Amino acid sequence: MELDSLYQQVILDHYKNPTNKSLRAPFTAQVHHVNPSCGDEITLNVLVKNGVVEDISWDGVGCSISQASTSIMSELVIGKSVSDAFKVLEEFTELMQSKGQSKGDEEVLEDAIAFAGVSKFPARIKCALLGWMAFKDAAAQSIAKN
Amino acid sequence: MNNFSVAKIREDFPIFNKVMRGGNKLVYLDSGATSQKPLSVLDAERDFYLNHNAAVHRGSHQLAEEASEAYEKAREVVANFIGAKSDEVIFTKSATESLNALAYSFGNSKEGSPFYLQAGDEILLSEMEHHANLIPWQELAKRTGAKLTWFNIDEQGRLDLSNIDELINSRTKLVCLTHQSNVLGTINPIVEIAAKTHKVGALFILDACQSVPHLSVSVKDLDIDFLAFSGHKALGPTGIGILWGKAGLLDEMEPFLFGGSMIESVTMTDATWAPVPRKFEAGVPNMAQAVGLAAAFKYLENVGMDVIANHDRELTQYALSEFEKLSGVTIIGPKDISNRGAVISFTIDGIHPHDVGQVLDQYGIAVRTGHHCAWPLMKKFGIAGTTRASFYLYNDISEIDQLVQGVKDAQKYFKV
Repeated sequence: MELDSLYQQVILDHYKNPTNKSLRAPFTAQVHHVNPSCGDEITLNVLVKNGVVEDISWDGVGCSISQASTSIMSELVIGKSVSDAFKVLEEFTELMQSKGQSKGDEEVLEDAIAFAGVSKFPARIKCALLGWMAFKDAAAQSIAKN
Repeated sequence: MNNFSVAKIREDFPIFNKVMRGGNKLVYLDSGATSQKPLSVLDAERDFYLNHNAAVHRGSHQLAEEASEAYEKAREVVANFIGAKSDEVIFTKSATESLNALAYSFGNSKEGSPFYLQAGDEILLSEMEHHANLIPWQELAKRTGAKLTWFNIDEQGRLDLSNIDELINSRTKLVCLTHQSNVLGTINPIVEIAAKTHKVGALFILDACQSVPHLSVSVKDLDIDFLAFSGHKALGPTGIGILWGKAGLLDEMEPFLFGGSMIESVTMTDATWAPVPRKFEAGVPNMAQAVGLAAAFKYLENVGMDVIANHDRELTQYALSEFEKLSGVTIIGPKDISNRGAVISFTIDGIHPHDVGQVLDQYGIAVRTGHHCAWPLMKKFGIAGTTRASFYLYNDISEIDQLVQGVKDAQKYFKV
């Protein structure tokens, strides 16, 4: 069933039990992003210290893809340097834009590789990117403040 | 047409022959967003381009005459369809443009004009308005200092009219309401509200996008002042909308788009306007689309608006009763069939509408998901969005069964 290529088990698991979902302090930047086409919203806190993403916490409403993607992103990125985190972000964005042509680099993307199938569903790419874009924004703001 | 048959209707809509992903048949339950088009509409557009194409109201050649005649005939068909006079019907590109044209024109009017607004005046809306009948008025209020007020809605998704006499008062200048909610399906009691509007000397503007395709709508019977709708929800082409206004009001109203066609005379420093409706139709209009819309209305008339309304009702009644049986499913909107259109919005516990839509798509079922351009309404119900199924003359009961089965499958897939 084609649905299974979209909804990998790891995505459904994160949707049911998202990680880092509950806003907490301290943070160096807080952002609020919406997906205006569907009304999904996310608030995301990021704590950047000495160029390292020390914490991410978030809250919001959205579909399984956006919720799981944000959850997995937060797990992947916490503890990485901002520049390494941005490399993962870049790899993920490329995967999303691949129209199903790319399988993605599992070394870099780890669990986020599960979203490879999303790139075949143009209407869902924005869902998968919502949390990542919020992180990008928040990290950039944190750096700019320093 | 006495022997109404969906199967026969569907023969006129080639898109239903399309094989969808996974080999599915198309179950199109998204007519609230846009309707599918019968061959006669496509043929009418094609015939215009093939045989009569020229810029209307210009030139003295044969094609210009034929194009102008086809375009003006289309205006007559539209006027008849809504119980109006031809020169009260203005072609726009969409209902959104129609409503914006009103808001801009009102905002440009001078003191003494019936459309002049200032601080202390009120514009009355409702919580169920589509963004197209909300944001133009928000912006007009900001420009003029007028205040926005609105009808609340109750839990069933009906207008709360308990404070109508406070809401419609001597400060009220405009009442802008939807005829039928695109989310809830609620059909509002327009005659009663328009009458109260006129009692205080205010103007009544109706967003008829969801009603004109489905019900017999007469501007005369409703006794309203302005009406807006789009062609593409009523079997017509995209790129054509209607603004209707009472003749006397249109005469007094300032145009909002300036340019060719809309003038009477022009000097280097000034210009005067052509009579209504040309005054409001600057530029070469969407001619083929106007002709296509006329073909759509002929198609609807041939089937019969009463027949369509009855069919809508049967489908909606059936869908409501089937949805009531589902556990974990909440209908957002009235559960009784009276004054209710052919649209059902619902939420499923534990599954986001986007995911519901994705599962349904797997079976070839097309629904709309999200906030439906009615974000404040979603907030009112405390939800991020709904899944919306909307029905039309080419849908049948078996498709509702498929929708219900799809909902059950979504619940199974997401284990809720």
